[in-house]
This record gives sequence, structure tokens and C-alpha cells, in this order.
Amino acid sequence: MPSAIRTVGLTKHYDEVAVVDGLDLDIETGEVFGLLGPNGAGKTTTILMLLGLTEPTAGSMEVLGLDPRRHPLEVKRHVGYLPDAVGFYDDLTGRQNLKFTARLNHIEDADARIEGLLVQVGLEPAADQPAGEYSRGMKQRLGLADALVKEPSILILDEPTTAIDPEGVAEILDLIRGLAVQKGVTVLLSSHLLNQVQAVCDRVAIFVDGVVIAQGRPHDLAAEQVGHARVEFRFDDDAEIALRRLEEIDTVEDVIHGRVPGSWIATLDIGTLPATVNRLVSDGSRLTGVRRVDEDLDAIYRRYFEGEEVSA
Amino acid sequence: MTDSNVIAGPVAKDPRPEGSRGGWRVVAAKELADHLYSGRFIVLLGVLGIATAAAVFAASGGIRDIAPDAEGITALFLKLFTVTVDPVPFPLIIFVSFLAPLLGIMFGFDSVNGERAQGTLPRLLSQPIHRDEVILGKFVAGISVIAVMLSALVLFVAGIGIFRLGVTPSLQETTRLFVWVILAVVYVAFWQGLATLVSVRTSRAATSALVPVGIWLVLALFGNFIFSAVAGVISPADGTDAGLLANARAEQAVSQISPINLFEQGSTVLLDPEVRATGLLTLEQVDRAIISELNLAQSLGIVWPQMVLLIAMTAAMFALAYVSFMKQEVRA
Repeated sequence: MPSAIRTVGLTKHYDEVAVVDGLDLDIETGEVFGLLGPNGAGKTTTILMLLGLTEPTAGSMEVLGLDPRRHPLEVKRHVGYLPDAVGFYDDLTGRQNLKFTARLNHIEDADARIEGLLVQVGLEPAADQPAGEYSRGMKQRLGLADALVKEPSILILDEPTTAIDPEGVAEILDLIRGLAVQKGVTVLLSSHLLNQVQAVCDRVAIFVDGVVIAQGRPHDLAAEQVGHARVEFRFDDDAEIALRRLEEIDTVEDVIHGRVPGSWIATLDIGTLPATVNRLVSDGSRLTGVRRVDEDLDAIYRRYFEGEEVSA
Repeated sequence: MTDSNVIAGPVAKDPRPEGSRGGWRVVAAKELADHLYSGRFIVLLGVLGIATAAAVFAASGGIRDIAPDAEGITALFLKLFTVTVDPVPFPLIIFVSFLAPLLGIMFGFDSVNGERAQGTLPRLLSQPIHRDEVILGKFVAGISVIAVMLSALVLFVAGIGIFRLGVTPSLQETTRLFVWVILAVVYVAFWQGLATLVSVRTSRAATSALVPVGIWLVLALFGNFIFSAVAGVISPADGTDAGLLANARAEQAVSQISPINLFEQGSTVLLDPEVRATGLLTLEQVDRAIISELNLAQSLGIVWPQMVLLIAMTAAMFALAYVSFMKQEVRA
């Protein structure tokens, strides 16, 4: 598969401060790629550079095999972009806003396409209201339709689910996933919300302070943390007794409070988990649940952030 | 937009053309529709229409009163624009030079930061159009509306004039009016350019409206006062004839930095064939001068410096707005 987006050492300085620092990305065609990071990590700056809207300080990039600095129009013709906090002309209706975008893309007879997109994002009933009356969530949906008007081969979505209610988020994520699977659209999605990225992305880059600190499939990223694992034990016992029993076990290194009363999170070598469970049961503990808590990206993500905060 | 630090990436040869540069037309068409449907356009049109009607009725009434004695006046029709009659304290051209800047400011002050505030700028710039087409489209739309409004205003005045005076304008007068409308459009475009420049540089529409309005009010109300003060510093009037003359010349020169003064001088000469100078005339120069009317070419010859200066100032405003927009980051 050829790369849809590739950057090598992409760097952007604002007033001597590196907002994006030596970014290497390689996004394959048809892939849903998540750029995960807190606000101010440099996600939007990266996207603007990919669109040729901001000049990089150093490094190189290719979007669909083209340098956005030299061929901005070609790149923008094939890349649909949903900006963070997208806005529309308040006096125009949703439909008119999309028509304007279609005209800017020299699309003749865009009416049917626009109608289809409005249905797809669930805005058909409000299509002829002024966009100024739309809620943030509706604007976000309209923004997604707007990015799709040009039938892009790459879709860049900057925080696409902010201000959308949970039900709507699921719909939007389904839509994004569907575009990638059915139409082979490459999607670059930036978000600070991990579970959403995890739900739709084939690959993820965790991006903090302009630097990618981890990159790969969500599952593989989690698997990198082999060896020590954090396991939550739930007991139907007195909490203090349960704690004492856990701490008596040699292979258990550290015990902290779990998320619910009566549960404890222990750090241990994952290989010793079966033996640990056996030992607890033979000690007479009424164990009601055992669960690895750092298997999901959430914990990794949080740990990286914690690490950043410590080093900062 | 180029940066010497940038390391060139591998460039694939693109078989497709870079695309037509027609995007500005799409932007201009949308902006034009926005302007024409906007409340501010309708309000301005109403205010200007009523004020003009009042002024021109007074002027035409005044001209009718003097008409019997005005045997020799050939450019009677143009007097509609230049004559001062009670109760309106100034002629129509002064009225235009004072009020028309508002038009330009109205159509420029939120043209760029309005897009920013609405969050439409990143979306607009991510479409396959050049960045300069955005600002070009906005300029063209603004100037078109201004041209339409000023032409309508002049036709309105001419219509009332023909109706009230029963005099039709000669070819010469029509040509003079035509040139004057072009000058007025350039003059208003200066204010649009200034407002657009401020709109690029500031983030809030309230600020970008206040700055050009402030400049306009200062120049319109206190301009001549300031210019004479500056002239007094450069070349103090020391009581001698030569000193007085030098002082007056200095004031005249300094006042040329104000587009309002340039436009007023240009208008006076263009619309009044009897005016033969924009600046000072000494008694010797006027002595034994034959009172006669200038033809259009002669009038143009007199105001050429003012016209060129005004065009240059307008072009400079647009260029500044254009350059700062091109260099600006998408997220401010």
C-alpha cells in the first residue's frame, strides 16, 4: 500500500518554541489513523502543515505523493478537512453553506450529492435553517458533510466529536469507519479522547508537546507494557483482610485502592497471576473478580501524560 | 510564503493542472450577495438616499432662485453638486466626501476577522483556492457595491435635477460626472482598503470598526486644524507676505496626506468648470484673468496630482491589507 500521508522530521517553531518537533508519520491509504494528544500538543499545527496552510520550519512531507507547499491546490482538492471548532456563515442555511463549498471546488450539479450528505449526517430536517441557529453538535455534523462535499481521498478531522452527544458520537464514528471501509478513504483523526480513537482507529500516534511518544496499533501499544501488570482484585470479604492477604503474597509488589470499595489494584508480574489467584483462593478469599486494568490504552495514555508532567 | 530554512521534500510531478484561478469569483459572488442582503446595506442606502434627497432639493430650489440671473452659466446642471443653499450647510460634494467613507468602512471592517470569529476561515482556506483569491474576491465585491451605490446616488440626483430644473446635462457635464463617480469610488475604496487592513490585523470586529471610523472622524472634523498646526511648525507665518505665503503653501502640501482633502479638491475642480486651481492663487495670478470655463481636459490637468495621489493611496491600502493577509497564520 502506498503512503497517503508521510512526514519526515516535520518541525514547526513559533517564536523559537517547537510546537511540532521532528514528526515522522507514515499513514497508509485506506487507514484510519488517530493522532491522540492533549490540547496544545501540536495536532492542529501538524494538520495545517499537511494542508499547506502553515509553513513548516523544517522537515519534509508528502500528501498523496505531493508536497503541500508546492502543490497546495492539488492537495486541497483531494483532502477534506473538518477544522477544530468549525464555523459556518451564520446567515446562510446549512445547505447554502455546502453549496458554497461545492462551488469553490468547481463541482457542477452538487445538489444531489449535498442532499445525500445531509441525510448521511442526519441534518436533512435542519438543512434549510440558517447555520447561525445550529447547535455546536449540528455544526460539527455539517462540518463533516462539508469536508465530504469534494469526495476526498483523504479526510482530516480535527476533534470531530467535540460537542456531540454520546449517541451522536457513535453515529459519527460509524460513519467515519464506514467511509474508510467502503470507499477506501484515508482518515486522519485528531482527538484528545482516547476511547473514541481506540474505537475507530487502525493505528494511533500518541502526541505530546510536539513529539510522538508512542505509535502503533492500539492493541500492540498496550502489549508493549509486558512484564509488570496492574490487576484489580475484587473481594466479597472485609477490605482490610483482603488487603492483608494480598500483601502477604511475595510476587505482589504494590497494592492500592481499586475503583470500587472492597477492591484492590496490585502490581505484579503477569506470569504469576494464576498462582496469585490460586493462593488467594486457597487462603479462603472470596474472590469475585480479577481484571487487568492497564491493558487499555487509557492507562498508557494517562501514564505518558503523568510522565510528561513529572518531567516538565 | 517561502522560508529559506525549509528543506525541500521530494516532489512528485503532478500530471494535473494546478487549476483555474476562478475561485475569487465564487468568493466575490457570495460576498456581494451578503452585502446586498445585509441590514447595514439597506440602512446605509436609506440614510444616504434621504440625506441626498434633502440636499438636492435644497440645491435645486436655490438654483431656481438664481437661474434668471444666471444667463452665462453653462454648467448649470453641475451646480446641483456644488452650490450651498440654506438650510443645508454644505454642497453635495462635501456631503459625499464626508459621509461616503462610512460606506467603505462598512464593507471592509469585518471582512477578514468576521471569518475568523465565525470560524469559517480555516474551512475556506482548505478549499482548492489560492489564499489571495479570498481577499481579492472580498475587495471586488466591496468595490462593486460601492460603485453601484454611488452611481445610483448620482443618477438619483440627476433625476431630481432634471425634474426640478428642467435642464438636461450636456455631454461635457455628463462626462465630468462620470469621472467624478470613478474618483468617488476610488476614494471610498481607500476607506474599504483601510478597514480591510485593520480587519486583517485585529481580531475583534468592534476594534476594526472603531479604528477606521476614528481616523475618518479625526481627518474629517479636525483635519484642517491639525494641518494648519503642522504647517505652523514647518513654516511659521512670520507676518511678512512671503512668510504668510510659505505658511499657506505648507498647509496646502501637508493637507494632501488626507484623502478627504484630496477628494474634495478633486471634486471641486471636476464638477465646477470655473475653478482653475486647487491651491492658492496670488492676486497677481488672478489679476486680469479672464473668467471663463475650463474644458474637461484642462480640469483634469489641474486635479491630476490629487487623483494620482488618491489612487496611489488606495492601491497602497489594498496592497498592505493583501500582504498582511498573505503572511498571516491561519490561526491567529
